Amino acid sequence: MSTGTPSRIVIVGAGPAGIRAAQTLVAAGLRPTVLDENARWGGQIYRQPAAGAGFSRTKAALYGFEAKKADAVHRAMAELLPKIDYRPDTLAWSCEPGRLDTLREGREASVPWSHLIIASGATDRIVPLPGWTLPGVYTHGGAQVALKAQGCAIGQRTVFAGTGPLLYLVAYQYAKAGAQVAAVLDTSPFARQASCAPKLLNQPGTFAKGVYYVAWLKAHGVRMEHGVSLAAIEGDEAVRHIRWHSADGKEHAIACDAVGLGYGLRPETQLADLAGCRFAFDALNRCWLPERDASGRSSVPGVYLAGDGAGIAGADAAELAGRRAALAVLEDLGIAAPRDAHAPDANAIEKQLARIARFRAGIEEAFAPPANCAANWPDDLTLCRCEEVDAGTLRSCIRNGFASDVNRLKALTRIGMGRCQGRMCGESAAALLSAETGKPLHEVGRLRSQAPIKPIPISPMLFDDGVQVIEEEAHDE
Amino acid sequence: MSTVTPQPLAQLVRVAETARARVSFVLDGVEVQALAGDTILTAILTQQRHVRRSEFSGEPRAGFCLIGACQDCWVCSEDGTRLRACSTPLREGMRVLTRFHTDSEMNGGGAR
Repeated sequence: MSTGTPSRIVIVGAGPAGIRAAQTLVAAGLRPTVLDENARWGGQIYRQPAAGAGFSRTKAALYGFEAKKADAVHRAMAELLPKIDYRPDTLAWSCEPGRLDTLREGREASVPWSHLIIASGATDRIVPLPGWTLPGVYTHGGAQVALKAQGCAIGQRTVFAGTGPLLYLVAYQYAKAGAQVAAVLDTSPFARQASCAPKLLNQPGTFAKGVYYVAWLKAHGVRMEHGVSLAAIEGDEAVRHIRWHSADGKEHAIACDAVGLGYGLRPETQLADLAGCRFAFDALNRCWLPERDASGRSSVPGVYLAGDGAGIAGADAAELAGRRAALAVLEDLGIAAPRDAHAPDANAIEKQLARIARFRAGIEEAFAPPANCAANWPDDLTLCRCEEVDAGTLRSCIRNGFASDVNRLKALTRIGMGRCQGRMCGESAAALLSAETGKPLHEVGRLRSQAPIKPIPISPMLFDDGVQVIEEEAHDE
Repeated sequence: MSTVTPQPLAQLVRVAETARARVSFVLDGVEVQALAGDTILTAILTQQRHVRRSEFSGEPRAGFCLIGACQDCWVCSEDGTRLRACSTPLREGMRVLTRFHTDSEMNGGGAR
């Protein structure tokens, strides 16, 4: 670029997508800024235990079959550190045209950008059931983090429930680590999973691993049930058992002191929303996603999307999409792509991503969250765990004709307005609205994101002397 | 309350990485032990089964997502600093509260 304004390239997220994006930009001679909420790079999937605390498990123990990939991603980032402006422990809490607001150790910094790659990752998709707020209930991802980053199991005797590939992976990881897995309760029927095998074979290696986890669990005597419907998690002050119905309608209960609950993943799209990206309803992810082309360009010039934060596709796809988005930045800057015999070019990446997308279609079908369960939620079921708004409160608001759109429902009941900003309850609110009004999910509206996207202390927002504008030195000379 | 199996006293169970250095901190006024590299959440939940009580119902909570998304594990230090337990590393000598003076008032309801 020969214009007077230097480019300031900012990447949000240091998971597989963010790291591969940074690596591609550095290879082209640029010095991007990488903001990451975690203390160490790797994202959630390749999360590393705290440095210097005496954690000693090998990568093979931490990441299993994915150890090589985790190590490659970790090493790539370690090599980049001197060549990028890396800011760990940094929350990007707002995004405006050309500027991100960040918070690091209580200090606000405004980070200007000319090109922004959002690789914000995912959280677990949750379908609530009675008792889901009890101590001892954690998401699948949370159960994994406890084990990976802290060497802890979420309980002495854990039931893993819900559905999704993570259900079996985390159960396997727990059992392998010596934790007691009381049962795996999958809400998806086995027949549906079997019928999706042809699509899943688009990624034979990944499919084989899934089959391995299930076979290992079976060989080690872990009880596995398919096609169940979860009734309630019960206990006085903490989890004591889970009740569920088998496909034949019989009721069962299993004693446990922890439940790992989840239904696949949902993308973190708040920053893309605040950046002004146009959204479209995505039937596969069952939610609204920021629009992007095959290269990762969003509807906003200068904003690029990569990884699970733009639509769930997994870590391998995230690495590819991160590189692809960085190549798009280079194209838009008029900079030649770096020559690297080991890294795929834009065309090859897009082909691989398309193949993974076909696999994802199979996964979403095989592990679809239970349909229409919102209609059966009891009125006293807590949907919003932040402020304890229950299903009945939403129902009376909807039935009285006060809200037929999810943002109106939020305004009137505070669902989605608590500290989590709708991460845990937004999909429930939309599902209930859809069940009550008979409208499909894509016609009940999209929950708008608000800054700050996570709680921040109020002082950095209010006091100018707390605000420090850090001038960037990332030029594209 | 139980007529069958006794309930465990702690929520989280250490299954690996137990050779780390000991760190002590003060939980609701009582000095207890944790390990170097623990988050505040891990340090609390290897002692008991909740980290906070809901401001609305007073029901116990013990976090949920463990990755800083659900915001259900905020605790207070004795000096009033609010800390997200799942993403804040424990430091030697920290003084953490999982109980508030107003717990009983909050349990009385009316907040809803």
